[in-house]
Amino acid sequence: MSAVAEPARLAHRRRLPGGIGRWVGTGLGGVIVGAAVLVALLAPWIVPHDPFAQDLPKRLLPPFWMDGYDGIHVFGTDQLGRDYLSRLIYGARISMLIGVSTVVTSGLIGITLGVVGGYAGGRVDDAVLFAITTRLSIPVVLVALAVVGLFGSSLSLLALTLGLLLWDRFAVVARSTTMQVRQLDYVAAAWCAGCSRVHILLREVLPNIASHLAVVATLEMALAILLEAALSFLGLGVPPPLPSWGLMIAEAKGYMFFTPWVIMIPGVALFVLVFGINLLGDGLRDLLGARADP
Amino acid sequence: MIRRAYGLDQPVIVQFGNWVAKAAVGDFGESYFFKQRVSELIGARLPITLTLGLVGLAIAAVVSIPLGVLAAVRESTAIDRAVQVVALIGQAMPSFWLGLILMIVFGIKLAWLPVSGTGTWQHYVMPGIVLAFSAIPALTRLTRSGMIQALASDYIRTARAKGLSSGSILIKHALRNAAIPVVAIATVQLGFMLGGSIVIETVFALHGVGFLAWESIGKNDFPVVQAVVLVLALIYVGLTLLADMINAVLDPRLRSA
Repeated sequence: MSAVAEPARLAHRRRLPGGIGRWVGTGLGGVIVGAAVLVALLAPWIVPHDPFAQDLPKRLLPPFWMDGYDGIHVFGTDQLGRDYLSRLIYGARISMLIGVSTVVTSGLIGITLGVVGGYAGGRVDDAVLFAITTRLSIPVVLVALAVVGLFGSSLSLLALTLGLLLWDRFAVVARSTTMQVRQLDYVAAAWCAGCSRVHILLREVLPNIASHLAVVATLEMALAILLEAALSFLGLGVPPPLPSWGLMIAEAKGYMFFTPWVIMIPGVALFVLVFGINLLGDGLRDLLGARADP
Repeated sequence: MIRRAYGLDQPVIVQFGNWVAKAAVGDFGESYFFKQRVSELIGARLPITLTLGLVGLAIAAVVSIPLGVLAAVRESTAIDRAVQVVALIGQAMPSFWLGLILMIVFGIKLAWLPVSGTGTWQHYVMPGIVLAFSAIPALTRLTRSGMIQALASDYIRTARAKGLSSGSILIKHALRNAAIPVVAIATVQLGFMLGGSIVIETVFALHGVGFLAWESIGKNDFPVVQAVVLVLALIYVGLTLLADMINAVLDPRLRSA
């Protein structure tokens, strides 16, 4: 049977979640994210040099795969002679910190709103929907810029801003999945058994929508890391001399036409981390049968 | 004197009330830095941002709709997998970084396009590509899933049984139905793009509204910042409304609602 002759049947065929390619992708994503977590946690003990120590005579040394590698600085040095590998390792720390703190804050807000709205329905749900629509009409980058413009740039402020802004997808998914779960018999059974609302929400609803929320969490984490890099790149995120990958790219921008690796290295790091998180999220979605779209 | 001239001696709530009352009739006050009406400033810059957004959306549509259709027709094959990987790569690519890479390759090494600035149509090519990159993954995925759903439905089998050519089935029957969510998301994506264009306009020094906002934040020029946020949010809401209306045109079933 050829695939072309029977596209309708092919489309009906359920894709096996255990496909080899899928496992490879998920595994790769898991390895990348795991490595990033380890590097972020162990940063002070594994850096070969002090990421803040300047060494002006040794500016813009090339990395190990290029001519002129000095055998000491594996990824070369930046425009102030700081070891690039060490800054990259500390940069992983900032990216992961922003990613995790954003997911925790926005998850708390979004899941609470979504579950309460989806379970209660009626006027409460209307209010939740209104909040989601309002939030969706606010451009994130612009608000983050305005906040930084007003209060100055700092790491904790940036984490808070992103956390308070990126809860919309959590709310949308939590709301729609809660509405489905609410109809099911075990929720009715719990209600008949006299369980309180809080008990039903926390013990019956939440565990059953958790897989969907896990996928959303990976998406939001990837988004937060990219936004942090973009804002730091604009000079409105993490303040120097902290080694955020976005900030490293911004600081190296003036030298990129002569020494392109200064923007390649942090850019590739950023790309690989976000790619890994997305792979993991995609794998989770297939393995858990979850969906992240509203 | 200056405090009084700008109304800064008033309580914040009064200042805000004044601002809202004036903004409602299109008066955003005067820029502290440019010494120009904010509405004029934005009016001059908005066409650039809108052009960029439309160019980006057009590129994204031209790339992602055929890709999505291809992946759907060849579902679960290597081609489908490859398209999904492309979408994943697009999702993970930091736009400002991609912009810098394009600048090095096409602006300096090959010298095909101007590196940055505003002026001719060539200045929109690289920013347009970068902006499109951020919308391609979502549009491709949506086209793919919409097409898969449409191709599995009964009316496609009927059309096939009637002996219609596969091209006509794909485009007239399947794509038209798959297009409904795609159009909705594409319109909303245009809104996201206007927000994302701040970063890209800054990278390429394209003097649109986003660049204006970035400049103004650096200069504490708050009348401009307030107005840009409001205008972009309004455009965003307007686009969402437009998406609903286009859907009603495409899908007669939605018109009664």
